[in-house]
Amino acid sequence: MAGTWVIVEQKGGNIRKVTYEMLSEAKKWGDEVSAVVFGQGVEALAPEFAKFGADKVYVVEGDIFANYNTGAYVAQLAAMINEYQPNAIIFAHTFNGRDFASRLAQKLEAGLATDVIKANVSAGKGVFTRSIYAGKALAEVEVATVPVLATIRAGVMELAESAGAGAVVKPAIAASAADVYQVVKDFIPTVSARPELTEADVVVSGGRGCKGPEGIKLVEQLADMLGAALGGSRASIDSGWLGHELQVGQTGKVVNPNLYIACGISGAIQHLAGMSSSKFIACINTDTEAPIFNVSDFGVVGDLFKVIPVVCSELKK
Amino acid sequence: MKVLVCVKQTFDTEAKIELKDGKISDAGINLIINPYDEVAVEGGIQLKEKGIAKEVVVVSAGSDKAMDAIRTALAMGADRGILVKQDTAADEYARACALAEVIKGESPDIVLAGHVAADDGSSQVPTRIAEILGFPHVNVITAVEIAGGKATCTSEADGGTQVTEVSLPAVISSQVSWNEPRYPSMKGIMAAKKKPVSTVDAAAVANKVAIVSVALPPSKQAGIKIEDEPAVVGAKLADWMLNTVKVEVK
Ligand SMILES: Cc1cc2nc3c(=O)[nH]c(=O)nc-3n(C[C@H](O)[C@H](O)[C@H](O)COP(=O)(O)OP(=O)(O)OC[C@H]3O[C@@H](n4cnc5c(N)ncnc54)[C@H](O)[C@@H]3O)c2cc1C
Ligand SMILES: Nc1ncnc2c1ncn2[C@@H]1O[C@H](COP(=O)(O)O)[C@@H](O)[C@H]1O
Repeated sequence: MAGTWVIVEQKGGNIRKVTYEMLSEAKKWGDEVSAVVFGQGVEALAPEFAKFGADKVYVVEGDIFANYNTGAYVAQLAAMINEYQPNAIIFAHTFNGRDFASRLAQKLEAGLATDVIKANVSAGKGVFTRSIYAGKALAEVEVATVPVLATIRAGVMELAESAGAGAVVKPAIAASAADVYQVVKDFIPTVSARPELTEADVVVSGGRGCKGPEGIKLVEQLADMLGAALGGSRASIDSGWLGHELQVGQTGKVVNPNLYIACGISGAIQHLAGMSSSKFIACINTDTEAPIFNVSDFGVVGDLFKVIPVVCSELKK
Repeated sequence: MKVLVCVKQTFDTEAKIELKDGKISDAGINLIINPYDEVAVEGGIQLKEKGIAKEVVVVSAGSDKAMDAIRTALAMGADRGILVKQDTAADEYARACALAEVIKGESPDIVLAGHVAADDGSSQVPTRIAEILGFPHVNVITAVEIAGGKATCTSEADGGTQVTEVSLPAVISSQVSWNEPRYPSMKGIMAAKKKPVSTVDAAAVANKVAIVSVALPPSKQAGIKIEDEPAVVGAKLADWMLNTVKVEVK
């Protein structure tokens, strides 16, 4: 048993930042680190992983791996585990990552720690911190099976470049079309020039206090000045002002940006569940009693329709 | 067609979490159906109303208290319940094994579940159940069409929306935007009292994950709060962003 495997998250050759975060973290564990990349024409990506310390890059290529599908990916990875016996495998806690890891874990009859925010792994022993009860408590759990399996939340592990050999390994292909049981009929990408919520350094969110598309426009303006992702509370999503993929909170996305700016958001417990671990939090709210002030490093009591334009013009200076 | 819905009983999402003897205390906590599972129950009932499903069975693994979650689902309109008695300390593996065992005995055409439990936040159990039963699965769905022995699911995906087709029987887990769960009517609550609920003991399976400790997160301290003319507060906020947070302006 040896080595940590980091399952690469990529689509069409675009690698998600969380992949590098996982490589950087795995490097600290003192074991050999390998990136495992599935796809079509992905061998060319290998040097990218080497920059973040990957000693090896397992390249799994083929038509059936072109896009994520549970059956083929699980069959292939299970065969590779059997052959190479890694100590630990980490996935990103994305829709695909958690799906992949859960089905694999059950196939191996193994434990799995999902949505991990802190890890302590050595020689086949893995202790992980997970946030439970929507961030209202933290649990430290030990995965008692080998390989140790976990999915890692985006944005929580620090990036650190370090040179790795990045030696390409091409494992035997063990999965076939017979392993595919989901037929993807359509994929409608979210078209946005802004960064994705879970990957952004800055997130600017609008709530019911925006009162409609006009208010949201101001929030967008501020977001674009900062190169930020746009987000919203459930109230603004339910009102149809923003797409559902932009909801922040317990039933939406959990974000960990450097700065989170809540505009016209009261700070309901279900919203806080998605953003309270941001490094810095600012808010603009007319109600001085709004709970969002309790978690804000910088709270402005004021009308967002008047304050945001001032902020934008001050930033421009 | 038989639909089986997995419902987990969880803390009310407003609940304040407190520790007692190093464990999360449920004293005085209002217990509810996991919000995503409520959506799954609603989805099951709608399939019945559309004439696609004949029977909607709800299954919950947990203590005797979980009976309340089952009764609530029955009051919404599910037909029958199964309580799988299991230690609430069972991990995702043990829960999936216990549920799968019961599901196997029921031979449903569709297994519905929530995509994540609001308490443990693990998003594992439905996929694990699918693997045990050898069923295909689709997670985080926002819509589904059932026809010709297939389920066509619209689901949230990384960077977009995906439409996936699987053949039945299948496991499907819900996102809250799938539907708006109904409130049980008075009539529904009365009817639920007479609906059959059976109780079985969970298969004895050992956990694969051990909880080492539980803690409360460091509480975030409120920082600066200012109230003044927009020109003043706006300038101060911009200054804080530039000099303390050190944002880059595009
Ligand atoms: C099971 C469950 C899950 C949920 N999941 C989520 C979730 O994932 N995400 C989420 O966000 N919510 C979630 N909610 C809903 C949550 O409880 C709140 O209802 C929601 O967050 C409120 O959104 P809001 O803050 O925009 O609206 P409100 O609570 O109505 O707050 C609007 C705020 O805007 C302020 N305001 C008004 N006018 C102005 C102005 N001109 N300038 C500045 N401020 C102004 C008001 O003072 C107020 O504080 C969930 C609820 C449940 C029950
Ligand atoms: N004890 C349980 N009883 C019934 N269903 C469960 C149980 N635990 C998990 N589930 C189902 O699996 C889903 C995801 O749970 P989890 O994997 O724990 O996040 C839940 O929304 C339920 O539908």
